[in-house]
Amino acid sequence: MKTRLPVLIGTISGGIMVVAFFGRGAMVDAVADEALVWQTIVGGFALLLGVVSITRVHLGKIRTRHPDRFYSIVLLICLTIMSGAGVFFGTGGGGWFDWLFTNIQAPMMSTMFSMLAFFIASAAYRAFRARSLPSLILLLAAVLVMLGRIPYGQMIYDNLPTWANWIMMIPNVAVQRGILIGAALGAASMALRILLGIERTYLGG
Amino acid sequence: MPRRYGLSATRDATRLRERACGLSLSLFVFGGLLIPDGVDGILLAGGFRLERVNALVLILGFATAILWFVRRAIRGDQLYIRPLPGLNAIDEAVGRATEMGRPVVFIPGTGDLDQIQTIAGLSILGRVARVTARYQTPLRVPVLYPLPMAAAQETVRQAYIDSDAADRIDAQTVQYVAGESFSYSARIGGMMARERPAAAIYMGQFTAESLLIAEMGQAAGAIQIAGTAEPEQLPFFIAACDYTLIGEELYAADAYLSKKPALLGSLKGQDWMKIAIALVVVAGAISVSFGLGADFWSRILSAK
Repeated sequence: MKTRLPVLIGTISGGIMVVAFFGRGAMVDAVADEALVWQTIVGGFALLLGVVSITRVHLGKIRTRHPDRFYSIVLLICLTIMSGAGVFFGTGGGGWFDWLFTNIQAPMMSTMFSMLAFFIASAAYRAFRARSLPSLILLLAAVLVMLGRIPYGQMIYDNLPTWANWIMMIPNVAVQRGILIGAALGAASMALRILLGIERTYLGG
Repeated sequence: MPRRYGLSATRDATRLRERACGLSLSLFVFGGLLIPDGVDGILLAGGFRLERVNALVLILGFATAILWFVRRAIRGDQLYIRPLPGLNAIDEAVGRATEMGRPVVFIPGTGDLDQIQTIAGLSILGRVARVTARYQTPLRVPVLYPLPMAAAQETVRQAYIDSDAADRIDAQTVQYVAGESFSYSARIGGMMARERPAAAIYMGQFTAESLLIAEMGQAAGAIQIAGTAEPEQLPFFIAACDYTLIGEELYAADAYLSKKPALLGSLKGQDWMKIAIALVVVAGAISVSFGLGADFWSRILSAK
C-alpha cells in the first residue's frame, strides 16, 4: 500500500494532465486547473517540511557543539529575521522583507553569479589542454569561435566570423538536436514508465 | 524458459496485475478523449483536439513499442545495453570515498519534483544510497526544494533499510539547504570546502549553478560524475567532471544499474522509436530537398 497508493495518485494525476493536453472543454480545463492548484498547495506545505529540516539540522549542530556551529547560528538568525520580516510586515515593495531582499540577498546572489567568470576560466584551462585528438579539435574550434566573435578576429582574417558562425550553426546545432531528441524520448519513456507504474524506484521501491 | 514457483512467481504475477491496472487506467484516459463534442453527462466529455492527433499517434506508438519490449524482457529475452562508463564509475567513486573516510555528495539536480530529470536523479540516488549503505560511507544529499527533499529522504531511508543500515541515517544525510539556486551553490561550496567529499555525483536538471558546483567539487579533489539533459549545461559538466552522462543516458541510468527487465525493455522500445524518428527525419530531408511534400511534412510534424 505504501508504494501502490503514490503510484495510483501519480497515474491519476498524470492521466488528468494527458487529458488536459489532448482534450478540450470546460470540464477538462477545470479539472486540470484544479490539479495545478493542488500541486501549489502541496508545494506550500512542503516548504514547511524544508524549514523544519533546516532548523533541526542546524539546532542539532549547535546542541552538539559542532566545530561549524557558528555558521549554523548565523543561518538561524538570518532565517528568523527574513521569515519574521515577511510574516509580520508583508512581502510588498517598500517593506522590511523587500529591503532585506534587495540590499542583502540580491547582492549576495549576484556575487555568486559573478564568480562564474572565474570558474569558466579555470574549467576552460583544463578542458582546452590538447592531450588527445578530440581535445585538440575542441581547442581549435573554441579558438576559432572566440576569435570569430570579436572585432579583432575579423581584423586578422575577413572570413573568420563566417567560419565561427558555421561551427556554431552546423556541427554544434546538429549535435544539440541529436542530444535533444534523445533526451526528449528518454523523458517521454520515463514519463510513460511512471504513468504505467513500471518505474517506482524514486519512491524507494 | 524455466517456470518459477513460490514467492518469486507471486511477485511477478502481482507486478503484471499492477501494470495491467495501470494500462487499463491509461486506456480509460485515452478512451475518454475519443468521446465526441457535445456528449453530456460524461466526466471527460468535451472533445478531442484534432490538431494534436500527431502527438497522440506518436505517444501511442511509443507506448506500444515500450510495452512490447517490456513484455519480451519479462519473458526472459536478452537485451543488449551499451556500456556507460559514468555509471560503472559509481562503485569506484564510493569505494574511493570509503577508503579515504570521506563522504559522498549526491545532488539530484536543482529542479523541483515536477521535472522528470529530478525523478531520474532520485532513481539513481536509490542505487547510490544502497552502495554507500553497504560500504558504510557517509552520504550527503543537499536539496534545493522541499518536495525533492521529502522524496529523497524516503528513497535513502528505503535503501538503507534494505541494506540493514537504517541506524546510520541522520538528519544531515538528506537536508533542505535553500530555496534559491545561488544560495544553494554557496552552501554546496561551503560543504565541499569543509567536508572535502571524495566523490560527488550530480544527476538531474541543472541551470547556471552547474559550473559553480562542479568547480567547487573539483577544487575539493572529489571524483565527479554528472548527468543532465540540459544541452546548455553539458559543456560545463564535461569540462569540470570526470564522467558525464549526456541527455538520454540520464534516463537510462536506473535501468542500467538495476538491470530490471521491465526497465531494460523500455530502453529498447525507446531505441526503436529513435530509429523510427531518424528514418522520418531522413525521409523528410530527402523529400524536401527534391522539392516534394514540404506541406505534407510540415502538417504531420508541426506541434500545436
